[in-house]
Amino acid sequence: MSDRQAAVQLEHISRHYHMGASSVRAVDDVSLMVPESEFLALLGSSGSGKSTLLNLIAGLDRPTAGAILAKGTNLATLSSWELARYRRNTIGMIFQSFNLLPRMTLEENVELPLRLAEVERSERAGRVREALERVRLTHRIGHRPAELSGGEQQRVAIARALVNRPKILLADEPTGNLDSATGEAILSLLRELQTQMEMTIVMVTHERPLAERYADRLATMGDGKLLSITSAARGAAQ
Amino acid sequence: MKARDLTDLALRNLREAILRNALTTLGVAVGVASLVAMLSLGVGLQQMASKRLSQSGLFDTIFVTTKNSFRGMGRPQREGQSDKPARPLDEDARHELEKLPNVIEVYPQVRFYTEVRFNNKPYATVVAGLPESSRNSGAFEGMQGNFFSSPSAHEAILQIDFAKDLAEKPASLVGQELTLRYAERQAIPAASGASSNEGETPGGFSIVPKELRLKIVGVVETEPAPGYGGVGNARLLMPLETASTLRAAQVNDLREVVRGSDTPNKVTYASLSVRAKSPSQVAVLEASIKNLGFNAFSLLDASKSLQTFFSVFDSLLGIFGSLALAVATLGIVNTLVMAILERRREIGVLKALGAADSDVQQLFFVEAGVMGFLGGIFGVGIGWLLGRAITTGTNIYLKRQNLNPIELSSVPLWLAIAGLVFAVMVSLLAGLYPASRAAKLNPVDALRYE
Repeated sequence: MSDRQAAVQLEHISRHYHMGASSVRAVDDVSLMVPESEFLALLGSSGSGKSTLLNLIAGLDRPTAGAILAKGTNLATLSSWELARYRRNTIGMIFQSFNLLPRMTLEENVELPLRLAEVERSERAGRVREALERVRLTHRIGHRPAELSGGEQQRVAIARALVNRPKILLADEPTGNLDSATGEAILSLLRELQTQMEMTIVMVTHERPLAERYADRLATMGDGKLLSITSAARGAAQ
Repeated sequence: MKARDLTDLALRNLREAILRNALTTLGVAVGVASLVAMLSLGVGLQQMASKRLSQSGLFDTIFVTTKNSFRGMGRPQREGQSDKPARPLDEDARHELEKLPNVIEVYPQVRFYTEVRFNNKPYATVVAGLPESSRNSGAFEGMQGNFFSSPSAHEAILQIDFAKDLAEKPASLVGQELTLRYAERQAIPAASGASSNEGETPGGFSIVPKELRLKIVGVVETEPAPGYGGVGNARLLMPLETASTLRAAQVNDLREVVRGSDTPNKVTYASLSVRAKSPSQVAVLEASIKNLGFNAFSLLDASKSLQTFFSVFDSLLGIFGSLALAVATLGIVNTLVMAILERRREIGVLKALGAADSDVQQLFFVEAGVMGFLGGIFGVGIGWLLGRAITTGTNIYLKRQNLNPIELSSVPLWLAIAGLVFAVMVSLLAGLYPASRAAKLNPVDALRYE
């Protein structure tokens, strides 16, 4: 692991919120290195700061202190426009509630990041089909999200996240809205794609058993602090 | 994001809440329609006034007189006027004026008091010669009868009030004949037998009563380009060439004799009318004529006042018309602010997928612009229909009053384009706040929004 370069490196990251007179330390002095092609699971109870940390890595939020290096670039120094470009080209995101646009078909949903990245129209159809093939949903390409099960919707969300071929996939409780069997299938798919595409995955979850089965390492947070980093069973096996 | 993708997404978003967006667009359309309808009335009235005035020939015509012309009873002499004889308005002067740039034609004012006999009754009136160019001036559109058959025809067109003096039904006069009795100027042979000058002999002229029969060919509302400093509006019009050959004594003939002119026997004109190619060239031409040593007068200043009046009038109409558009603007702001609330989570997703603030801003801008564009197109159409409806209604009323129909409203191309552009601009302005608000949404908060 130590031989691999860092895909994400957090150096003394803090994110404090001011609520009236009091200050909430959502993330408090966290340092962490996620090597390339690693599957890291961020564990912790509600309010432990794991989702805030994921948003910071995604460039959706800015740290109060510290540096976030993603593929060598310090996100703190990037402008709003550069952060948007980073989200378009370097990372992919999936969410607990899928966040597909309900009025769009699967094809259109998956095409959306390509539109934002200004990929040529002639190239888009192939890229969309390729992404949907990876999640085995090409036969539903013309359907709308409401016509799909939860698991299928999450697979579409994964296809959308992968269509721009990101180096880092950030997943915020991807199994939170799914039954255990479907959740397991999703994680199995993520693991498979990570291997195929040599991606780094940072996944927020509170389902430790699942994380232990599929992640390489487990980082546990509590009260905004990084409490521990351990190798998962799978990671230990490698 | 590329423009085509932005437009695709914007149209998709607009279709999503089709009823609300259609109503907002309709609001814009009503606003633009009211603006276009108001301005079309202003433009129509202006065009009508300009047409009438251009038909009168007043604004492209300069009236030229000699420097020592009478200014009228009781009016003070011009400054710097001396005893030095002024340049006479003769054939030489006429040719010189014709050579000035941007001059279409120069014609003399042949205008004299005389007596007309019709049905053995005498009528005193003013006769004026009309140049052939008057045929196309538009002043004779809608006249009863016809214009002169030829430039030298022995024909007359009567002004309607004069025609009413002659007969109860003016139209019945067309085709009938009247007799013109006038004073012809005849040369007196010189006692000394000096050399002749233009067919007249030095020694002056005598006045001989003459008659000429004229066929009435038409009846017109007003005389185009009434003379200035002359003898008032003419009530009987005849071809200028015919009027000139009459050699009827005019006011200036007597004046030249009284003043002891060097060439009392030479033909001079009381005034000449110089027609410019367009009213915009009148000012320069007027200055050139003055430089030649003549008095020149035009109604250019009156024309400018008219333009100023209509500019103010149009502005007022525009302001009233814009009120509805202002209300429609608030509708756009409301619709887009509602859309931000409804699509808050979607905006968060877009940002998470890599949309920049500017992408989100442009998306809302395009939506506002599309509503403005569609509203503008419908609005211009509805405005045009409103204008037509007002014109039709007015003309029905005028017809009942036995008056000629008028073109009350007009939507020229510039007004249609301006209405459309204005609608888009106002809509974009209305989209400014919602678009900026959407762009500034914190993506983390937006993604949490249920």
